[in-house]
Amino acid sequence: MENKVKRELPENLMSEMGLKPFESVEIGNPDVNRVAPKVHVTTGENKVVNSLEEVIKKTLKNGMTISFHHHFRNGDFAFNKVMDLIIKLGYQDLTLAPSSLTGVMNDKVIEAIKKGVITNITSSGMRGSLGDFVSHGGLKNPVIFRSHGNRARSIEEGEIKIDVAFLGVPNSDPAGNANGQEGDAVFGSLGYALIDAQYADKVVLLTDNVVDYPNTPASIKQTQVDYVVKVDQIGDPDKIGSGATRFTKDPKELKIAQMVNQVIVNSPYYKEGFSFQTGSGGAALAVTRYLRQSMLDDGITASFALGGITKPTTDLLDEGLVKKIMDVQDFDKGAASSMAKNKNQQEIDASWYADPHNKGAVVNNLDVAILSALQIDTDFNVNVMTGSDGVIRGAIGGHQDAASAKMTIITAPLVRGRNATVVPAVETVVTPGKSIDVLVTERGIAINPNRPDLLEAFSKVPDLKIVDIKDLQKMAEQQVGVPKALEYTDRTVALIQYRDGTIIDTIKEVKD
Amino acid sequence: MEIKTIGVAGTLESSDIQIMITQGNNGIEIDLESEVIKAYGEQIKKVIIDTLTKYGIENAKVKATDKGALDCVIAARTLAAAQRATETSNHPELEVL
Repeated sequence: MENKVKRELPENLMSEMGLKPFESVEIGNPDVNRVAPKVHVTTGENKVVNSLEEVIKKTLKNGMTISFHHHFRNGDFAFNKVMDLIIKLGYQDLTLAPSSLTGVMNDKVIEAIKKGVITNITSSGMRGSLGDFVSHGGLKNPVIFRSHGNRARSIEEGEIKIDVAFLGVPNSDPAGNANGQEGDAVFGSLGYALIDAQYADKVVLLTDNVVDYPNTPASIKQTQVDYVVKVDQIGDPDKIGSGATRFTKDPKELKIAQMVNQVIVNSPYYKEGFSFQTGSGGAALAVTRYLRQSMLDDGITASFALGGITKPTTDLLDEGLVKKIMDVQDFDKGAASSMAKNKNQQEIDASWYADPHNKGAVVNNLDVAILSALQIDTDFNVNVMTGSDGVIRGAIGGHQDAASAKMTIITAPLVRGRNATVVPAVETVVTPGKSIDVLVTERGIAINPNRPDLLEAFSKVPDLKIVDIKDLQKMAEQQVGVPKALEYTDRTVALIQYRDGTIIDTIKEVKD
Repeated sequence: MEIKTIGVAGTLESSDIQIMITQGNNGIEIDLESEVIKAYGEQIKKVIIDTLTKYGIENAKVKATDKGALDCVIAARTLAAAQRATETSNHPELEVL
C-alpha cells in the first residue's frame, strides 16, 4: 500500500491497527465526536496524599494507559518518581502516552520496556538511548508518533484514552488548582498537560509546593483533579530550560536568518497585524532579532506570536512590537517567568494551539511559520524524526501543525558535516511537502512550485537568490558525495501519523 | 615508500579527520571510526587507500577517526600523515592530491 507521499506502508499492520494511509493536507469539514472522561464524584476533601505508591495502587491496573507532560524537559523529576514505583509494584502491559519524552526519561523507559511494564508508546518524539533502543527493535509494538495538535485530537476523539495522568506542577492548592508559573520549578505554560487534565479518567498532580486555597490563575482546575501528591522536589529549575538565550555567532546561521527575514518582509503577509511562529534553534532566534529591526524600521507590529516561546519573543511583547503571545510551551527561563508578569502572554492548550479537528485552532490564523529540518527532499517533504543513520532522534513537536501557516519557511544549512540536508528523498516523511512553501539555505532559497505568487514576489528582491530545489540538492551532493543507501529490516518499529491520524510514513528497524 | 615513524595528522574537530599511520606488512589496513560510517565508510577508506597508493605506500596500518570530513580533507590529512610517517615532510608531493 502506497500513500500520497509515495511511501510504502505495511498492509497487515495497517489493517490490524485500523489505520489509514495519508491522503491530503486538506483537513476538510468532517463531523467528529469528542469523548468525555469518567468522573468519580467527591466534594474534593482529602485530595492531598503523601504516598504516591498508595495513589498508584488505587488508580492503576495492568493494561492501562498512563500519561505525563514534558514541560519540565530535562529537569523533570515526576516521570522517574512515578515510573520507579510502577516498575517496583510489578505492573505489566501499560501504554505510555506522554506529550513527549525527554532525555532524562530515557533510561527509565528502557528499563520499563525490558521488564514488560510498558508495551506500547505514543509520543511526539524520542532521542538518545531510547531512540536508539527502539530503532534497534527494542519494543515489540510499533511506537506511534503524533504531533502536538494530533495528540490533542486523538485524546479528544478517544483514540488515546488516558486512564491515569501523572502531572508534575510547581504549585497546587489542596483541591488541585495549579499553574506552571509560580514555585521553584516554573516552566510557564502548561499547554500540553491541560489536555490530559481535561480528558484523563484519573488526574494525579505531583507538586513540591502546596499553597493556600484558592490558587490562581488555575490552569489546571480542581474540577479535574483526583489527587494532589506532595513530593520533596518536582524538578530541577536549572535543567528545565536554557538560561539566557545567546545570539548565534555562526556566520552560516546568521546568513540564513538574514535571508529568512528578507523572505518574511518581502512576502505579502508582512503588514500591520501579521502573525508568526519561530522555533528555538540558533537561526530561528536570530530571525527574531532581524525581524525586530525590520518592524521598528517599517513601523509594523504583529498581532500575535505563537508556539514554543523564547525570551527574544517575550522581549518583542514588552516592546509593544507583538501585541499578544499565544503560548503553548516556554523554552527558556525568560519566557517562562514572563508569563506571570504579562497578561498578554496567553496560555493556550494543545487543542487550541493546533488540533486540526477543531472549530478553528490558532495555527489556522497563523501567517508565517519558521521551522527547521534534519532533511528536506526535492518534493519539499521534511524529516525531523530520523538521523542520517536512520535512527530515531527527533520529535514532530508542532512541525506538521505550524506548517498550516499561510507561508511555511524551512531553514536549514545545505549540509551538516558530511550529511546533506537537501536530499533526493528524505529518510522519513514527517511534514508533507505540500504544506511547505519556502526553503532557506545559505546557498539560496527554493520556492515550492505550488506557490507561483511567492516566486513572483521574491524575484523582485535583489538580496534573495532563488534556486531550484533540485539544484540545491545537486550542490549538496557535489560537496559530500553520494551516500550508500541505509539498510533496514522488514520490521516496523514506529509509525508517523499525520495531523488527522492517517499514516504518512513508517520507521523500520535499522540493520547494524 | 618506507614508513619510518608514526605519522599523525588532523584533529577531532567537527568536519575533520585524524589519521595515524604506522608500519604494517599486510597491505594497507584501515581501522575506521566515523559518525557516517554507514553512508560513507567505503568512500572514506577508498580516499585513504588511493592517496597512500599514489604516494607510493603499499604497506601501512591506518587508524582513522572521522568527524564528518569531506573527501578533500581526508586526502589532505592522509597525505600529511604519510609525509610525517615517511619523514618526507620537507619534500611534499602535493600533486598526489
